[in-house]
Amino acid sequence: MAEIWSDTLWPVIVIVFYVLVIAVPLMLAMAYLTYAERKIIGAIQLRQGPMTVGPYGLLQPLADGAKLFFKETVIPTGSNKIVFVLAPMVTFVLALVGWAVIPFGYGLVLANINVGVLYLFAISSLGVYGIIMAGWASNSRYAFLGALRSSAQMVSYEIAIGLIIINVLITAGSLNLSEIVLAQTGLWYAIPHFPMFMIFIVSILAETNRHPFDLPEDEATLVTGYNVEYSSMTFALFFLGEYMNMILMSAIAVILFLGGWLPPFAIFPFTLIPGPIWFILKVCLVLFIFIWARATLPRYRYDQLMRLGWKIFLPLSLAWVVLTSGFLVYFDMLPR
Amino acid sequence: MAEVDLRSFTVNFGPQHPAAHGVLRLVLEMSGEVVERADPHIGLLHRGTEKLIEYRPYLQNIPYFDRLDYCSMLCQEHAYVLAVEKLLEVEVPERALYIRTLFDEITRILNHLLNITTMALDCGAMTPLLWMFEEREKLMVFYERACGARMHANYYRFGGVARDLPAGLAEDIAAWLDGFGPLFEDVDNLLSENRIFKQRTVEIGVVTAEDAFNLGFSGPMLRASGVAWDLRKAEPYAMYERMDFDIPVGRNGDCWDRYLVRMLEVKESMKIVRQCLDQMRPGPVRTDDKKVTPPSRANMKRSMEALIHHFKLYTEGVHVPEGEVYAAVESGKGEFGVYLVSDGTNRPYRCKIRSPGYVHLQALDEMSKGHQLADVVAIIGSMDIVFGEIDR
Repeated sequence: MAEIWSDTLWPVIVIVFYVLVIAVPLMLAMAYLTYAERKIIGAIQLRQGPMTVGPYGLLQPLADGAKLFFKETVIPTGSNKIVFVLAPMVTFVLALVGWAVIPFGYGLVLANINVGVLYLFAISSLGVYGIIMAGWASNSRYAFLGALRSSAQMVSYEIAIGLIIINVLITAGSLNLSEIVLAQTGLWYAIPHFPMFMIFIVSILAETNRHPFDLPEDEATLVTGYNVEYSSMTFALFFLGEYMNMILMSAIAVILFLGGWLPPFAIFPFTLIPGPIWFILKVCLVLFIFIWARATLPRYRYDQLMRLGWKIFLPLSLAWVVLTSGFLVYFDMLPR
Repeated sequence: MAEVDLRSFTVNFGPQHPAAHGVLRLVLEMSGEVVERADPHIGLLHRGTEKLIEYRPYLQNIPYFDRLDYCSMLCQEHAYVLAVEKLLEVEVPERALYIRTLFDEITRILNHLLNITTMALDCGAMTPLLWMFEEREKLMVFYERACGARMHANYYRFGGVARDLPAGLAEDIAAWLDGFGPLFEDVDNLLSENRIFKQRTVEIGVVTAEDAFNLGFSGPMLRASGVAWDLRKAEPYAMYERMDFDIPVGRNGDCWDRYLVRMLEVKESMKIVRQCLDQMRPGPVRTDDKKVTPPSRANMKRSMEALIHHFKLYTEGVHVPEGEVYAAVESGKGEFGVYLVSDGTNRPYRCKIRSPGYVHLQALDEMSKGHQLADVVAIIGSMDIVFGEIDR
């Protein structure tokens, strides 16, 4: 009996506690990301954004959540009901499980696995299934077209992202996210790999289906695309999943290129601030780029987006892999 | 292998669609993302305006013209008023002509701002829309101060305008012009040379000058194809003869050219507005023809003749001599014409409205063939269609 307690139950309780410690603040962050997005876009567009619910509209995300929660879930007659309901869950869960390997600070990570990068890559590749399932199960043409666009888009940008990550891996010499961060002490990879950093930022915009690559949910042509048939909480899960993915991708960008939890300079005033704060600040910076792009840029057309992914980003990142490895081998700087 | 009957993917675009600019219903036959045929269905906003006009006295028809294209209200009133004035053969005082020119150009700015920004929105850029709607709001306030209504002005009258501009309005319009210039430059900076916007619009929906003639294009649509045709220059009405302005002309006739022509036309309109404000002198704003303009209230109390005129005008309205006439103005969207047949009574016998949007919409199939679904949206945006005038 005591063995069951110490071997099984107690570790499960501990893990559930850790998961909650990560997931609950994350949900809150996500809710307020929508608020921040509306406020920032409002400021860019010379208006105020949400102002009515709570002081400065601060309770707006909660009100939105409550509204969506109490709406009726409409399941279209012609749809495949099981897949239809499963799709938003898949999207949401996949957006959440990626966080298991993200190090928030030195040693502050739920699962410090040695193949953290591969794990993240696998999780984000699976994300496309939620969208395809939604598009197919809705049995609507707009949704179907949106889902097709999305899958093509995510698959093509994943390849560019993969090659960019290889650059980081051969420079750091590890697949472990914490070690990648530690390898950046003194010099963030955003500086030597600057072109890759730019391509990575653009690619994660495409990967998360955000502006200017938000073709799957192109309001103007597809009336929001793959999630057009969804309402209430099923819609909310897609919405949450999208924003969660934004935060996750920003976190990956911070870990791979912006030195994770490391302060910009390892000198007195900067070292006072604890690592997780630096991490959050950097994530916010990348998220700001997401929102900024949405407010200023027009949207790409489908074939142009594919051309950018396959004909520009892919060769460029491949060439950079060759350049990086050549440089490291020639100067004998390969990490041991 | 057995023959397979390939069916194209049919998408019903609209009538409830955010990019359909009103109640356009498009049946798109597509092969993948490429449009093979675009079939616009119209008539969902048909209100029988032309027939209604036959049953109203001349004066009561002016508000119908506000409600055709609800983005260029006063330009359309202008066409109707011109047609009636041609039949009545009344002289319009100079100040009234300046006021009409001024408000036609304000209307053109209103129209172009709406079109430029919604086209940008269709291409995914939402910020210009919100920037420029604030300016449109200010322009509508000028409308309101001149005539009491923000949109459906009902301001022009046969032989002039309903009333003079209120004190201070001219100065406020001049002040607005100063502030608007830099804001409009911001939109220009954000869109015109934006690489993504150019990729979305350059060489999309190309119309050659010859095709544009054959399809009956007018206005910015025709000018973008390289034809310098503008009724304000070709057949000047109101005070356009005295105005110094240029006609922007495109080169390729694609969506980007149409966008640029409108951008430049806004700047020309600003020039005209400024000239009107500078040249305008105080004076009467309505003709003193007693058969057209009602007498003043004070006069009516003293003069028997004025009382009779007042009675006749307010019971029967204006009697228009027999004849038929066509009058056209350059509205924001193109040549807006009114063909009027009068049988000598107080109501038009027939009124045919030539709306530019109707003519432009027929080119949609030709323009969007072989383009992608997202391009159709850009093409519709660049056509500047408003369903109020297409369905009438």
